[in-house]
Amino acid sequence: MTVASEQTITFDNVSKFYGEILGVNRVNLAIPPGITSLVGPNGAGKTTLMNLMTGLLRPTRGRLSVLGIPTDQPEQLFRKVGYCSQFDSFPRGLTGREFIKSFLMVSGFAGKEADELTTEALERVDLVAAANRRIGAYSKGMRQRVRLAQSIAHQPSVLILDEPLNGLDPVVRAETIALFRQLAAEGLHLIISSHILHEVDMMSDRVVLLNNGYVVAEGAIHGVRDEMDVEHPMQVLIRCDQPSLLAARMFRDDNVVEARLHDDRRGLFVKTRNPDRFYLLLNEVVAQGEIEVESIAPVDDDLSAVYDYLIGAQ
Amino acid sequence: MSSTAETFQAKPATTHDSRWSLWLRQVAAIMRLEVEKNFFGKRAVLVYLLAFMPIGLLLMIAILPPGTRDWLDFAQYPLLFSIIYNALILRTVVFFGCAWIFMNLFRGEMVDRSLHYYFLSAVRRDVLMAGKYLSGLVTSIILFSVVTVVSMLLIFFPHFYSASVRFFLDGPGLVQLFTYAGITILACIGYGAFFLIVGLFFRNPIIPALLLYGWEWLNFLLPPLLKKISVIHYLNSLVPVPVSEGPFAVVAEPTPAWLSVPGLLIVTVLVLVVAGSRIRRMEIRYGGD
Repeated sequence: MTVASEQTITFDNVSKFYGEILGVNRVNLAIPPGITSLVGPNGAGKTTLMNLMTGLLRPTRGRLSVLGIPTDQPEQLFRKVGYCSQFDSFPRGLTGREFIKSFLMVSGFAGKEADELTTEALERVDLVAAANRRIGAYSKGMRQRVRLAQSIAHQPSVLILDEPLNGLDPVVRAETIALFRQLAAEGLHLIISSHILHEVDMMSDRVVLLNNGYVVAEGAIHGVRDEMDVEHPMQVLIRCDQPSLLAARMFRDDNVVEARLHDDRRGLFVKTRNPDRFYLLLNEVVAQGEIEVESIAPVDDDLSAVYDYLIGAQ
Repeated sequence: MSSTAETFQAKPATTHDSRWSLWLRQVAAIMRLEVEKNFFGKRAVLVYLLAFMPIGLLLMIAILPPGTRDWLDFAQYPLLFSIIYNALILRTVVFFGCAWIFMNLFRGEMVDRSLHYYFLSAVRRDVLMAGKYLSGLVTSIILFSVVTVVSMLLIFFPHFYSASVRFFLDGPGLVQLFTYAGITILACIGYGAFFLIVGLFFRNPIIPALLLYGWEWLNFLLPPLLKKISVIHYLNSLVPVPVSEGPFAVVAEPTPAWLSVPGLLIVTVLVLVVAGSRIRRMEIRYGGD
């Protein structure tokens, strides 16, 4: 086992089939600390990948480990890993506090320690006031938060969250995203699946894009976007006083493949295969003083665009 | 968070002793959750109904005694109880009670979609199985031993009070009472392990449970060798007042207690080992399992 594998979540040619149905196929990943988001349409394999990481599923082929721990050793694995799954169900009859404390004690924590950790986790998700009410009486958002609290209560190094923002109101969503950022800043691995792309974009260091059980792209969002420049040239909107003149100037660069006037004729959309050269050229044009530029903004340098190009088109 | 994690994380087991103390702590935590659920959960209603069957029947007999000759002769009472114990308590109440309690230990949680919380805890899955099995044992033993004892007292005391006092204090009554309670405990141990594994292997465990029920009831018709592949044969061998199995019964030598008790316990351990191996490989796929 290498030092690198002890710091990453490693998938080594992992496949999972449900009978003849493909879950995920030939996945090779090494996920470092920070926030990594799993993105893809329903049935892409996000939950399968998470369940494989936590040993709820066993790979049909290949090997995987979390911080060097094989996933078939729960007694070791769940000292380091917390998983907030999508299953919105609970053991019957327990209050929020009993639920968290009971499973800490199942993990081997003594009563007093379990009490302290439970309170700390409840505070982190702002659920102390409702802690002594039965979970059956909780709203969907509260149930989501109590599951989140249960997954972080033992203070894991790896936190896996399947659609953790589902059911949360906007204020709690923002607080939860802030909590994720704080945890990532503390050195945790956070693996998050979500279908709300702008939230993923806001909080993720890396993304893994999945479709039909295959990893179609992975890495930092901008890195993934850069790799697509040839097939999907980057589009930039330049707000300026003379868009037609700017278009003529821009076509001097061979990498510019398209220039289109904005509907209000106060801007120009430019598609380029080499954004770095494009920005240099734009600087030169602006420096000549012929054109006055108000703003420059990439139009498709985000996760939504990456998603659309890689998955949406299929 | 990561820095405090060093302080709080459940200590990894390093030595033999600490490993055992961790496992014992975990088993106790699992039992606390499960025993409460077994006694006070919604699913407990069926077990209580089953448990009340013999008590209700004997209460009715206490209030409205049958006029038949057997019920007028105190000497027949040990045999009458043995018949009720065999047919109603052991083969029906304990059998179906254990089936319901032990099959639901895992299958019930899969139906409720809550088993994953155990699987996501830092606990070995065979330790989890041990904790759940022991919780089932505690529940079934407490419940069905009480049923056995109360039923025996209910059959004797309402009809012949003084003779019953003499039977229990000066005669063989107390030994018989403890023997029946012991057989009930052994039945819970044996049937419990069987139904635990049935709940792990079968999505619909009712069918294998009914097959076993048929096998146990038809035991008296089986040749001696096949008789030994059943729980009821060993339990019947221990009953203090043997009951005739009718004119069609194939007679087989009863297995002595020194063989039947350890034999039943060894088979139970073997079944639990298989269950442990099964649960280590088990996946959570609610709805698709």
